[in-house]
Amino acid sequence: MGKYLLRRLAINVILVAIAASLAYILAASTMSPRGAYEGRQPPVAESVVDATLDAYNLNDKTPVLQRYATWVQGVVVGDFGRTWNGGSVNDEMGRRILVSARLLLIGTLLGFAVGVALGAFSAVKQYKLSDRLIGVTSFVIMAIPVFVLATLLAIGTYNLNRGLGFTLIEYTGEYNPRLSGWDQFLNRLNHLILPTISLSLGSIAFYSRIQRNMMLDVLDQDFVRTAMAKGLPRRKALIKHALRTALIPSATYFAFAFGTMFTGATFTEKIFAWHGMGAWLVDSINANDVNSVAAVTFFAAVCVLAASFLSDLLVAALDPRVRVS
Amino acid sequence: MRTKVVFRRLLRNKQARYGSIALVLLVGLAYIGPYFGPYDWTEKDFLAFLSGPGPDHWWGTTSIGADMYAVTLRGMQKSIIIGLLVALISTGLAAIVGAFAGYFGGWIDKVLMWGVDLLLVLPSFLIIAIVSPRLREGASWLWFVALLAAFSWMVTSRVVRSMTLSLREREYVLAAVYMGIPRWKIIFRHIVPNLSSLLIIDATLNVSGAIIGEAALSFFGFGVQPPDVSLGTLIAEGSRNATGYPWLFAFPAGLLVALVLSVNLIGDGLRDALDPGSNS
Repeated sequence: MGKYLLRRLAINVILVAIAASLAYILAASTMSPRGAYEGRQPPVAESVVDATLDAYNLNDKTPVLQRYATWVQGVVVGDFGRTWNGGSVNDEMGRRILVSARLLLIGTLLGFAVGVALGAFSAVKQYKLSDRLIGVTSFVIMAIPVFVLATLLAIGTYNLNRGLGFTLIEYTGEYNPRLSGWDQFLNRLNHLILPTISLSLGSIAFYSRIQRNMMLDVLDQDFVRTAMAKGLPRRKALIKHALRTALIPSATYFAFAFGTMFTGATFTEKIFAWHGMGAWLVDSINANDVNSVAAVTFFAAVCVLAASFLSDLLVAALDPRVRVS
Repeated sequence: MRTKVVFRRLLRNKQARYGSIALVLLVGLAYIGPYFGPYDWTEKDFLAFLSGPGPDHWWGTTSIGADMYAVTLRGMQKSIIIGLLVALISTGLAAIVGAFAGYFGGWIDKVLMWGVDLLLVLPSFLIIAIVSPRLREGASWLWFVALLAAFSWMVTSRVVRSMTLSLREREYVLAAVYMGIPRWKIIFRHIVPNLSSLLIIDATLNVSGAIIGEAALSFFGFGVQPPDVSLGTLIAEGSRNATGYPWLFAFPAGLLVALVLSVNLIGDGLRDALDPGSNS
């Protein structure tokens, strides 16, 4: 087992290295923040621009491979370099990961929990009205892209607030910096409502569909019948034996979603103006910020591979068949 | 014979029926609708900027006076074409790569699956986002199609490969081998046709996936480039001032959702008809 894990780790490290290197070379060979300096008023001398860009390892006059070598030397010791205007990429990344975590943790957990509960419920009530209602609703929601959903939510809230004459639900930003203490905490929660809904609706729909199918497969299997025959109440048999086995596929998806959540909310972050990792990718591409682009990509690749690892572990923990063998 | 059975099952399937009717109507609207509209999509009406829907401009006008009805349908045409092409290319690629890897095994399998793993790890969003705005010349949207397709076939090819592994041992495939038929011919004549139900379902769902993917990238300006329009670029423009001028957002977004919904309905119905055992 240890050998297998080590081998997987080694392969994952190689894959991350390849993905990040390719991203860096692609970004470095096509984008340059030079324009942002040259366009300034009053004009900046070219030698000054060159010197600044050299200091940040962003000069497009230096060969790509040479810049790449400098970048690798930094990354190996954990330094992702400088942003286009000289800030530290590491600081920026640390800040943005926390923003994304605050935004996404609740939404991801809520999406999974509610989705699984709805799916299990609708499997138990198969072909009843509630099952059909859940099915149709989740089918429709899955056809609505998140940027449409988020915009609809924002419009709805805007009109609601205007109708009420005061701001009941906030629809942009993370918090109001003028408040402090308890008020600020409540304000943060208020700002979370809309992005959380827009994030979790899609995953609720997705999980409920998977969970329903899995639950149906399990419901009429022997071990559930045995559990009930042994005198276990139906509810307990369903939850302890059926739901647990049927959780495995949803749980693997969840582990994956949990790992990729940091970079997965680009649209929600952009539309509701949260400055997290997802928004950073788009912003840094638009700002020709090579080092930031490479850092986001590196982070995303690490997340994906960690997520697949996590999902394997979770399956082993949930599935008795995997544990025995 | 089987085609007949599947077709009959498909007709009996309510989802597929409604989905197909909706899709035919939507495609009809996109391609025939513009001939009935009073304006061309390139025309600018300098007397009506941002005017609401009315008898002259049925779906209102944009901030530069373009007729929303004409522009939206034009964007929808592009979205439909992109969806179809991406689905065809990516499913085709998945079938070929998966079948070759599974059938030949050995180093061909290893190399191909390494490529699949690598493409899965590569930051597809980043690559498309960097490359596609730089392709501003004439047929840039075709490049965009190629890019979208290049990053959407990998998971299916894994499935195809594992199914090929079992098909490879079937008697009719072995018989073909002993008759001296070249390997690549066996793949196209015996392996791929036997995967058709999987591939048809996959292609259908890829259409809606690609339409959403195009719209998502265009939303950030990384997809279809101006002066071309697609539903994604229109939604992006409309969502910026959706509160004041809802018609800029409502028509493209509504049509996008309707399009995706109808394709998904067909895909679901197809799955029921082609693969009655599955319930996923």
